[in-house]
Amino acid sequence: MSLTQEDVSRIALLSRIELSPAEREATREQLNGILGFIEQLQAVDTAGIEPMAHAVDVVQRLRPDVVTESDRRADFQAVAPETEAGLYLVPRVVE
Amino acid sequence: MTDLINAPLRELSAALAARKLSAVELATLFLDRIDRLNPGFNAFIAQDREQTLAQARAADASGKVGARDTPLAGIPLAHKDIFCTRGWRTSCGSHMLENFVSPYDAHVVERLAGAGMVTLGKLNMDEFAMGSSNETSYFGPVKNPWDTARVPGGSSGGSAAAIAARLTPAATGTDTGGSIRQPAALCGLTGLKPTYGAVSRYGMIAFASSLDQAGPMAKSAEDCALLLNAMAGFDARDSTSLERPAEDYTRDLEQPLAGLRIGMPREFFGDGMDADVRAAVEAALAEYRKLGATTVEVSLPNSGLSVPAYYVIAPAEASSNLSRFDGVRYGYRAPEYTDLNDMYSKSRAQGFGAEVKRRILIGTYVLSHGYYDAYYLKAQKIRRLIAADFVEAFKQCDVIMGPTSPSVAFAFGAKSADPVQMYLSDIYTISTNLAGLPGMSLPCGFGQGGMPVGLQIIGSWFGEAKMLQAAHQYQKAADWHTRMPENLK
Repeated sequence: MSLTQEDVSRIALLSRIELSPAEREATREQLNGILGFIEQLQAVDTAGIEPMAHAVDVVQRLRPDVVTESDRRADFQAVAPETEAGLYLVPRVVE
Repeated sequence: MTDLINAPLRELSAALAARKLSAVELATLFLDRIDRLNPGFNAFIAQDREQTLAQARAADASGKVGARDTPLAGIPLAHKDIFCTRGWRTSCGSHMLENFVSPYDAHVVERLAGAGMVTLGKLNMDEFAMGSSNETSYFGPVKNPWDTARVPGGSSGGSAAAIAARLTPAATGTDTGGSIRQPAALCGLTGLKPTYGAVSRYGMIAFASSLDQAGPMAKSAEDCALLLNAMAGFDARDSTSLERPAEDYTRDLEQPLAGLRIGMPREFFGDGMDADVRAAVEAALAEYRKLGATTVEVSLPNSGLSVPAYYVIAPAEASSNLSRFDGVRYGYRAPEYTDLNDMYSKSRAQGFGAEVKRRILIGTYVLSHGYYDAYYLKAQKIRRLIAADFVEAFKQCDVIMGPTSPSVAFAFGAKSADPVQMYLSDIYTISTNLAGLPGMSLPCGFGQGGMPVGLQIIGSWFGEAKMLQAAHQYQKAADWHTRMPENLK
């Protein structure tokens, strides 16, 4: 199958990446090239094969529910684009 | 003693221990060389002379130099800019993180600093490690020291070029689909990707979490073994870090190769590789037979599916991992926007480069409603088939060998217009990541244009010591790994 411009717009919206109308067509062609390449996977018989989600079989470790981190809020917020009173600032989302 | 820029790490260690040389003198030698030569290669993208010299002075005063358990103390190295380094800019090769100064160190950085190593700076790379030529870096491409009209490989291209030009004795790299091994091959170096889980991913900026693994890049297998001793080990902060007893990866280096069974995958010796690469790889295998190893043909029937399976799995994981770059907590924020969604979309559109955006879009698509089973789940099933091929092959051999890359280093622009052609540069390396196996590349000769050729060794799970033994014994018999570009001596 081949992506349309509308498909590309929908994927860009889901990805939160703005595409200009000019970029959209070039992107559509490139994505179709890549999807054409990965299409060969469909021909493989994988009946009864368990999906392999990870490189090694590991079980999620549990740790005691105790505080291990120190408070470094100021350090972490120092790299943020905009903060105030220890909070991250973003455009208003609730009117 | 060999001249300092070409010296094996053991020689540097001995000279430091004997106080013939101080860590400050050694760091200064490389810093001066970087100042003089780096503009021609663009390998280093962050330096801080004062911090480097402070680390060197601390190493000299620490008591670690000459101590048995810290053989690397006082030796300088440089980090791929994917590793978070406290107090240094960590850009991951991206405009998105152009001004990001990490508030913490990656586990690998902590470990190597704890071993007394001195940081020379941060190394250029393909943006977010997505590329095979270093052409996707926001900071401009790295040039191959063997021929500056050619790419150094990627994504750890800065690491490879810096060592090849002898701007650092060693470097860290990361390998998601070949990003340590392919640039090591293209720049004439030795590089090792460990078994998945052997080295902690904490503080290593994530690309595809089920595939990403850090490893050492250096001039020889022995150097890589020493570095891996310092890098590997359990870390509770990485949920996939493996709890295993510590290993000495140098333990088998001096064991002879008599009886070693080398598997040659039929699929790696087909039409795909260039004639010059084939000639060098076959000559290396002949040398191995002389050293007492035997070769046996094995088959990895599904390995041809590794590149397409990877280009479903890796972008899917990347689209999820890179969603954290939202212009809120760190990284780039667009200067103008209308609302929150517009801020996200513009920040990401302006902050990411073309290849990164392409992979996020592909990943988003293959994970989206209605396509998840057809693409992502299908690729994960094929991933199991690829891993199972290796289980079968390792019943007949101890290590697998073949080419690292189908060609020597190519010219800038040769593959950058067609993403799929670029993806195929990693055709021999990707299956290793999908299976979680360790792999390495070491120099085995020169091909077209006098460019280095890499021999790939793939080990069984946790077979690092065996691979390193095989590589070291070859490097005692052949001297390809000691070569450097003539004009840089």
